Amino acid sequence: MSEVHDLIIVGSGPAGYTAALYAARAQLQPIVFEGAVTAGGALMNTTDVENFPGFPEGIMGPELMQHMKAQAERFGAKLITDDATKVDLTSDIKTLTDGNGEEHRAKAVILATGSGYRELGIPGEKELSGHGVSWCATCDGFFFRDQNIAVVGGGDSAVEEATFLTRFAKKVFLIHRRDELRASKIMADRALNDPKIEMIWDTMVEKANGDGKLTGLTLRNRKTGDTSELPVTGMFVAIGHDPRSELLQGQVTLDDEGYVIVDAPGTRTSLPGVFACGDLVDHTYRQAITAAGTGCAAALDAERYLADLAAGQ
Amino acid sequence: MGQNTTVVTEASFTADVLQSDKPVLVDFWAEWCGPCRMVAPVLEEIAGEHADKITVAKLNVDENPQIAASYGVVSIPTLNVYQGGQVVKQIVGAKPKQALLKDLAEFL
Repeated sequence: MSEVHDLIIVGSGPAGYTAALYAARAQLQPIVFEGAVTAGGALMNTTDVENFPGFPEGIMGPELMQHMKAQAERFGAKLITDDATKVDLTSDIKTLTDGNGEEHRAKAVILATGSGYRELGIPGEKELSGHGVSWCATCDGFFFRDQNIAVVGGGDSAVEEATFLTRFAKKVFLIHRRDELRASKIMADRALNDPKIEMIWDTMVEKANGDGKLTGLTLRNRKTGDTSELPVTGMFVAIGHDPRSELLQGQVTLDDEGYVIVDAPGTRTSLPGVFACGDLVDHTYRQAITAAGTGCAAALDAERYLADLAAGQ
Repeated sequence: MGQNTTVVTEASFTADVLQSDKPVLVDFWAEWCGPCRMVAPVLEEIAGEHADKITVAKLNVDENPQIAASYGVVSIPTLNVYQGGQVVKQIVGAKPKQALLKDLAEFL
């Protein structure tokens, strides 16, 4: 049987890496599943991060994550660039299976898998994904130089993506189903004042059209019921995120939107020795700094749990 | 660049890719593309382990925008497998090694 570690952390965004840092400094020698192709989490797909405290000039998302990773490694966190494909958290010794089918065992687990982008769920979206339909402006914006494109959403992500895309696009249509933006005031004002961004209010996207590549969107105005066609060659979907809790079904208690329930402000889940933090838990704030904060709390909770276990023996 | 993968450009594309007798997997990538960097070491491994069956080549889309556009690449990483001068398989987006090996099984 493989050795039993003190602590395994699943996830590598600000929550995962901060938990790894604190756990490493507590001499727990944490193992961290970073993700096979997703190490660094959501900030890897953003450019300037202006609101993470400590960086008055801002910092690029990937650079910030590189710093967090290096800091955790410095104190002894062991990072595995692989996914957890299966978990069994219900026994005293937890078992996690990696992408190669190998099992790893630990007395305590911290879940920090964050959230994934939400899909519109409309015809054409899946077929045209990677062929004009995208969820990552920084990844794909480059290919839409001088073209007319659409961004769907009304929060900070949508507005940030729309603003970023004006570097490449001829025109950016920002399509939102309400009549005002949810985004922070400063972001909303930037978008509304940008000559390249045209707002389309009270509108939902019904269909993504095109044969092999996106050529247009069918829109419906929610107030009037009118439909129209918008010729665009790119659609960037930025309508929010859903927690990555698929592996946890039937184990830790989830709320009806799939978020892991914890004893806030603590990070304990419904299972002993299992802690959760970051966007996997947080409906409300979902910022890098709040994720980092709960990552720290999870490591401290795990440390206390392991100390109690040892004392009880 | 990696040890096991080769670099192709617009200039060398015809000779190195379209006229190759072995299938060629072309990795369309760019410096600023995070997922591309994630998948790079995986491609190095695959290239090393299956060198007799397939060639893995990297094409930088910043330096070679025309070729990328001519193959309709609008999202990276995109992996195109060329055989007999044609694209016979396309994989869009970063995937872990097991998933890539499954997608490429017919060539390996």
